[in-house]
Amino acid sequence: MQPTLRVNTFRQSLILSGLFVLGLLAVNLIVFKPGTMAVVTLSGLYQGMLFFLIAAGMSIVFGLLDVLNLAQGAFFMLGAYAGFAIYGALPAGTPIEARFIAALVGATLTGGLAGALMEIGLLRPLYARPVYQIVMTLGLSTALNEVVRAIYGPAGLVPIEEPPLLATTFTIAGGQFETYRVFIIAVGAALMVGISLLLQRTRLGIIIRAGVQDSEMVQALGINVRRIFTLVFALGTAVAALGGMTAAPFLGAYPGMGTDFLLVAIIVIVIGGMSSYEGTAIASLLVGLTRATAEQISLQYFNTPILASVSILLFMVAVLLIRPNGLFGRD
Amino acid sequence: MSALLEVQDIHTFIGQFHILEGVTVEVPANGITALLGRNGAGKTTTLRSIMGLNPPARGAVRFDGQALHGRKPFDIAQLGIGYVPDYRAIFRQLTVAENLQIAERRRGDLAARSAFIFEVFPDLEKLYQWPGGQLSGGQQQMLAIARALVPHNRLLLIDEPSEGLAPVIIEGMMAAIRRLTDQVGVLLVEQNFRVASQLADHYVVIEDGKSVHTGRMPDLLASPALIQKYLSAA
Ligand SMILES: Nc1ncnc2c1ncn2[C@@H]1O[C@H](COP(=O)(O)OP(=O)(O)OP(=O)(O)O)[C@@H](O)[C@H]1O
Ligand SMILES: [Mg+2]
Repeated sequence: MQPTLRVNTFRQSLILSGLFVLGLLAVNLIVFKPGTMAVVTLSGLYQGMLFFLIAAGMSIVFGLLDVLNLAQGAFFMLGAYAGFAIYGALPAGTPIEARFIAALVGATLTGGLAGALMEIGLLRPLYARPVYQIVMTLGLSTALNEVVRAIYGPAGLVPIEEPPLLATTFTIAGGQFETYRVFIIAVGAALMVGISLLLQRTRLGIIIRAGVQDSEMVQALGINVRRIFTLVFALGTAVAALGGMTAAPFLGAYPGMGTDFLLVAIIVIVIGGMSSYEGTAIASLLVGLTRATAEQISLQYFNTPILASVSILLFMVAVLLIRPNGLFGRD
Repeated sequence: MSALLEVQDIHTFIGQFHILEGVTVEVPANGITALLGRNGAGKTTTLRSIMGLNPPARGAVRFDGQALHGRKPFDIAQLGIGYVPDYRAIFRQLTVAENLQIAERRRGDLAARSAFIFEVFPDLEKLYQWPGGQLSGGQQQMLAIARALVPHNRLLLIDEPSEGLAPVIIEGMMAAIRRLTDQVGVLLVEQNFRVASQLADHYVVIEDGKSVHTGRMPDLLASPALIQKYLSAA
């Protein structure tokens, strides 16, 4: 006796995703020189991982709590600013490596703590009121942008200094690529695997997967679902803040930096199939690769990066035409 | 000795609707008590009120002498009450094994209970790694009851276990439920009167949100007039 049905639809989703990847690689092969292609692929993975760090928490929270957290981008920004604050607060002689690690840890904790406070203080009264949630999460996001603008000014902060080890570039097939962006890819990949193991192998993961379907029954089994909601929400915002801090040496920090990423993250979640974790992970990378490819084509032939954002929307339309519920969506 | 579960004159509202208007039920520590009544009488709502899923506005629920008033459902469950809802609530994306693991309240609950569970429901052992969503209706019902047996529960609330099952499956289910009664008390909602009458020692009849009659099952069976009065379809 072997379970087959679910495995088959899952496999179809995987095959479809694989076809999209092959299509993108084919376009790359035809249009670019090998060096450019390598850089575009790495750049796509780099962008995709940043999208993933924002979208992962959003999609799990959406599945479990039925809340689309439109403030998730603000937590990304919060992470970057927390990183700057920690860099500045450490005593003068602290080595860059120590500052960097302290900033990563501190930003993650800040994001998690702020997320927990938001869930307990602002979101709890609004469960089962979707419109209020949209207004609240969007309003909180705007408010955080303004707070940051008021404290640090509208111009944004220059990028954080990277540890010397990562502040190098390397050559791949004749193309130049920054080591730091590979570090971002590695952080994203580690979290992708880590979250997957959390969902599949731990008791918390079982509770999350069950709660997505029927949180009332989970509660009737003796599990304090409220506490799980807070924990999961906080984990999601912590990962987004870690993403913001990880990106800070590259992007700097500026008011509204999360908003651009938020929009892409929502598209990623839709393409992946709303509450599917696998879908979100794979869609992040697909969107990153699509965007990087379109950006390079656009620069190469039209001298403007304009196609980059358009390409994501076109990609979403293409996926939804084939799969109205997204790559890994159910029903 | 007082009963394991005492439900005293509870009133429950869902939204502005006054659904339960005085339900009183007692369940002894061993044996099965059947909750009888026509469709829409308030049987499911009574179970949900006990679990705290629809907390009663008035009246009292006591489990093992403790008042359940003001406790959250997870807290009530942790006292030792297992709930098997009418829709079974099997987690479709979880394997049978995970559906059982999630019910653990202490590490090792499942390991300690799996031999008993597989003895009562041998099918579940074969299906252990299957996704819950691929089980048949009867298998899902077995899993729902098994899940309530994983932690050390002293009371099970079982809602319509025979609903939608083939007669031969129902026989197996009845045998299984009967086997549990030396370990737990059972409050059983069952529309199939043949099933209810063969399983239960006591019964309570609910009509329009009120408990109107209670007694011992053999007395009910001996009285066509009572059956006619409370349970005929009209
Ligand atoms: N969420 C709800 N909102 C409004 N009314 C409800 C709700 N749930 C139940 N009711 C009403 O409460 C009454 C009791 O319902 P309940 O499900 O407890 O009955 P039951 O005895 O279990 O019936 P059945 O045998 O059909 O399962 C019914 O009239 C039903 O319509
Ligand atoms: Mg019912």
